[in-house]
Amino acid sequence: MYNFDFEQPGSVEDAVAALKEEDALALSGGQTLIPSMKQRLNAPSKLVSLTGIEALKGVCQNGDTLSVGAATTHATVAADGGAYAALAALAGGIGDPAVRNRGTLGGSLANNDPAACYPSAVLASGATVVTNAREIAADDFFDGMFATALDEGEIITSVNFPIPEKASYQKFEQPASRFALTGVFVAKYADGVRVAVTGASEEGVMRWAEAEAALSADFSPEAVDGLTVAADGLISDLHGTPEYRANLIKVLTKRAVAAA
Amino acid sequence: MPKDQGIGASSKRREDVRFLTGTGNYTDDINLVNQTYAHFLRSDVAHGTINSIDASAAEAMEGVVKVFTAKDFEGVGGIPCGWQVTDREGNPMQEPKHPILAEGKVRHVGDPIAVVIAESPELARDAAEAVEVDITELPAVIDMKAACAEGATKVHDDLTSNLCYDWGFVEENRDAVDQAIKNAAHVTTLELTNNRLVANPMEPRVAVGDYNRANDEHTLYTTSQNPHVIRLLMGAFVLGIPEHKLRVVAPDVGGGFGTKIFHYAEEAFVTFAAKALNRPVKWTCSRSEAFISDAHGRDHVTKIELALDADNKFTAIRTETYANMGAYLSTFAPSVPTWLHGTLMAGNYTTPLIYVNVKAVFTNTVPVDAYRGAGRPEATFQLERVVDKAARELGMDPAELRRLNFIKPDQFPYETPVAVAYDTGNYDATLDKALELTDYAGFDTRAAESKANGKMRGFGIAHYIEACGIAPSNLVGQLGARAGLYESATVRVNATGSIAVMTGSHSHGQGHETTFAQVVADMIGIDESQVDIVHGDTSKTPMGMGTYGSRSIAVGGSAMVRAAEKVINKAKKIAAHLMEAADADIELKDGQFSVAGTDKSVAWGDVCLAAYVPHNYPLEEIEPGLEETAFYDPANFTYPSGAYFCEVEVDPGTGKIDILGFTAADDFGNVINPMIVEGQVHGGLAQGLGQAMLENCVYDDNGQLLSGSYMDYAMPRAHDLPNFTVDHSCQTPCTHNPLGVKGCGEAGAIGSPPALVNAVIDALHRGGYPVEHIDMPLSPSRVWNAMQSVK
Repeated sequence: MYNFDFEQPGSVEDAVAALKEEDALALSGGQTLIPSMKQRLNAPSKLVSLTGIEALKGVCQNGDTLSVGAATTHATVAADGGAYAALAALAGGIGDPAVRNRGTLGGSLANNDPAACYPSAVLASGATVVTNAREIAADDFFDGMFATALDEGEIITSVNFPIPEKASYQKFEQPASRFALTGVFVAKYADGVRVAVTGASEEGVMRWAEAEAALSADFSPEAVDGLTVAADGLISDLHGTPEYRANLIKVLTKRAVAAA
Repeated sequence: MPKDQGIGASSKRREDVRFLTGTGNYTDDINLVNQTYAHFLRSDVAHGTINSIDASAAEAMEGVVKVFTAKDFEGVGGIPCGWQVTDREGNPMQEPKHPILAEGKVRHVGDPIAVVIAESPELARDAAEAVEVDITELPAVIDMKAACAEGATKVHDDLTSNLCYDWGFVEENRDAVDQAIKNAAHVTTLELTNNRLVANPMEPRVAVGDYNRANDEHTLYTTSQNPHVIRLLMGAFVLGIPEHKLRVVAPDVGGGFGTKIFHYAEEAFVTFAAKALNRPVKWTCSRSEAFISDAHGRDHVTKIELALDADNKFTAIRTETYANMGAYLSTFAPSVPTWLHGTLMAGNYTTPLIYVNVKAVFTNTVPVDAYRGAGRPEATFQLERVVDKAARELGMDPAELRRLNFIKPDQFPYETPVAVAYDTGNYDATLDKALELTDYAGFDTRAAESKANGKMRGFGIAHYIEACGIAPSNLVGQLGARAGLYESATVRVNATGSIAVMTGSHSHGQGHETTFAQVVADMIGIDESQVDIVHGDTSKTPMGMGTYGSRSIAVGGSAMVRAAEKVINKAKKIAAHLMEAADADIELKDGQFSVAGTDKSVAWGDVCLAAYVPHNYPLEEIEPGLEETAFYDPANFTYPSGAYFCEVEVDPGTGKIDILGFTAADDFGNVINPMIVEGQVHGGLAQGLGQAMLENCVYDDNGQLLSGSYMDYAMPRAHDLPNFTVDHSCQTPCTHNPLGVKGCGEAGAIGSPPALVNAVIDALHRGGYPVEHIDMPLSPSRVWNAMQSVK
């Protein structure tokens, strides 16, 4: 790790101001950024910690919406997110206890790791990502591997999740990292079903439109039987071929519907 | 009633008090006054010519002491290899130089090019980035068969090819084996890979070099399994330092698994640099660095053929193996695929004819050497897989095919056709024990339940034999070892009767401080707390060969017993004098010397005191004091064996394996501490099942390590493993060592991979997927892909 300056502002405004410095980076739970800095793959001049901003923390329910502060840890969402049980279960299955007690929702979304769990929940829920500047619909937020609609210096403040009638997240762990080798989040709302897939596509988190249509008509595992997932554009690595991931998408979708 | 003291007692591990409370003294805990820090600049390409190294900018940086390159080591020896294998023609293996720092060429990712010495680790690392190295990249030699092809790029320009040796064993049997296979009623053939592994001990390697100019003495603190071996290799062959001026200390060591046996360049470097700079030099390996600098394990590609007659008796085995040596020969690398592998190919069976061919190959990868089991897991894996496949082809119960071909209890001692003689064993007994513990008969019911739940259940069996307690020195000398393999111990009795045992064995997790004390306390009949075990320092212990190959209790323990016997014999003479009796009438029991047939006795402590305060003492017959040393050279290897049963469930949708049960019925001979033995088996099973299911070291075609961190190298975790059923009640004591012990450290890692793979193949067949073989690790994607290939 190279030397860097460190700031821990108490408000979003101060954080935005601090991030104006060239090569400054926002630090939330640090579960990706700090290891990459230790490996000298990332060398910010300054880290602006968001974890001192109380307004960014906590889970609260407003009618049919669960609002989660961006700096809320996975452990807190797992404990307090019971109004959206599938989301709470997802949070409780990320990483290990150390990761869950440091890592945050906002950090995970801003990083948009193609194998992270949270992006699938945000996309499948049609959630709204709230920043210091605007509100961004989930469908507009994710922009390919490690890329998002966020502008430089823009900070996620909270995410509003519409609470579905039924939902489930099925994660198949990569054997080494225990990230999602493939994960599927299925959420059923009054106006239809959304299916989001993480860990599989070279473009990062994605929706599976055919399954959404089939499940909106018939919310049963069998509804997916006749569908096939193309292997084109899916990730190939030590842990799985594109064909294997295509199979997992279908298998996990069926299991998510059964479990929802 | 279980004993609460001495041999056979599950005494708690005394070393755990310091290990579990953070008060151990590991090499990285050692910090010396005026210490500097070394950072190794390592090659990021697999193969290349070094055109230039410009360290001037780095050396000008604040806090930088010096930058070393190969030119600083002119006239210094290379890292030696400790074993010379002779090929089929009788020629010695090809043995390239292994320089401390790369000379002219880099030969694997991680090959050290330069070393920056600075006032802090961070400054050294910063400065390493300022060292300018110009390398012209050359084609990388990665695939072993391609490396052996005509015209292949050579890893070492001065060798004739990439073939280190082409070894045949037993060469005289070659034609007879060919004939037997030709005439067989049935031949089962299998091609398989034994996957390359990274040892990953919890503690990465560390080395601290120190030099005292006043008396010209060097000290190396290092994470080693055998400090005397390091002193011998480094002192005599690399740096030219005589033993009396070189002390090697291996303090608490956090796991070795073989990879800390070897003499590494970093050890020689810090020792050399400490004198050159007249300051202590410390190097602490990072986890990432360990992946590209610790010797790797396994990496064999094998074809095995098993011939059977019409009665399903094994008549011959023929194997051809390519064994990866990596870029240089690590300390014991040549011995692993040959003498530690070929000699085990008889397994538990009476196969009369065996021929093993091994081609050892240089590639642009990290050197490969012994890893828990070393050669014996590779032998066991191919044999137990091919036997299982044969049973399936013949429609036989795999347990019964094995039993039919077992060496029977009345056939011991048994001479195998591969040069070793098993002294004892009872393979039917361990098979019966495992069957008893496993409810083999109830399997079909359990399989039906799994099927109802959409899963495929399978049952796998493996037997293993290993050769431990290495080894008779005269034998290994004939086989190419450049060292003896005896062990040593000094038993030093203090004036008040407490004891320090200085052993040449080294404990890096095995619990010797507990078990060795149990043995000595038991022999004398005193409390275990009165015996301390001292190890890991060449200035304290007699010349010993260290710990590997499950040899510590069998060889080191035997040396200790011999030394303790000498002590007891002398103490009896003193006791006889004190009680005015004949030496021959003295008996020792429960710490009391008594005169047979009388009520006269004298306590152990009184005799010890008399030895050091010899006022009333037979000074004209014996010397004062009570301290004896013994060296023990074993007459044979020891041969632990066992039956391992594995039950799995496979998820057909994902290919994921769940291990539902694992039973290990081992014959370790006599057992000193059942709890520690159980722990050793658990650890071995975790490593073996890790290899079978998770771990895989993978290079791409350019020689880049794809599995270079825990993000891609899958280590086994507790929830990957079931509760093990471990039994060691089948005991055929070793006939040639005084404790009747065999060794238990490697068994779990040897027997478990074939048991798991056999179980998964069984599950797939039962589930309607007639897959013949899947190469380890049996990751979900590999299992699923194999299922699709037979759909």
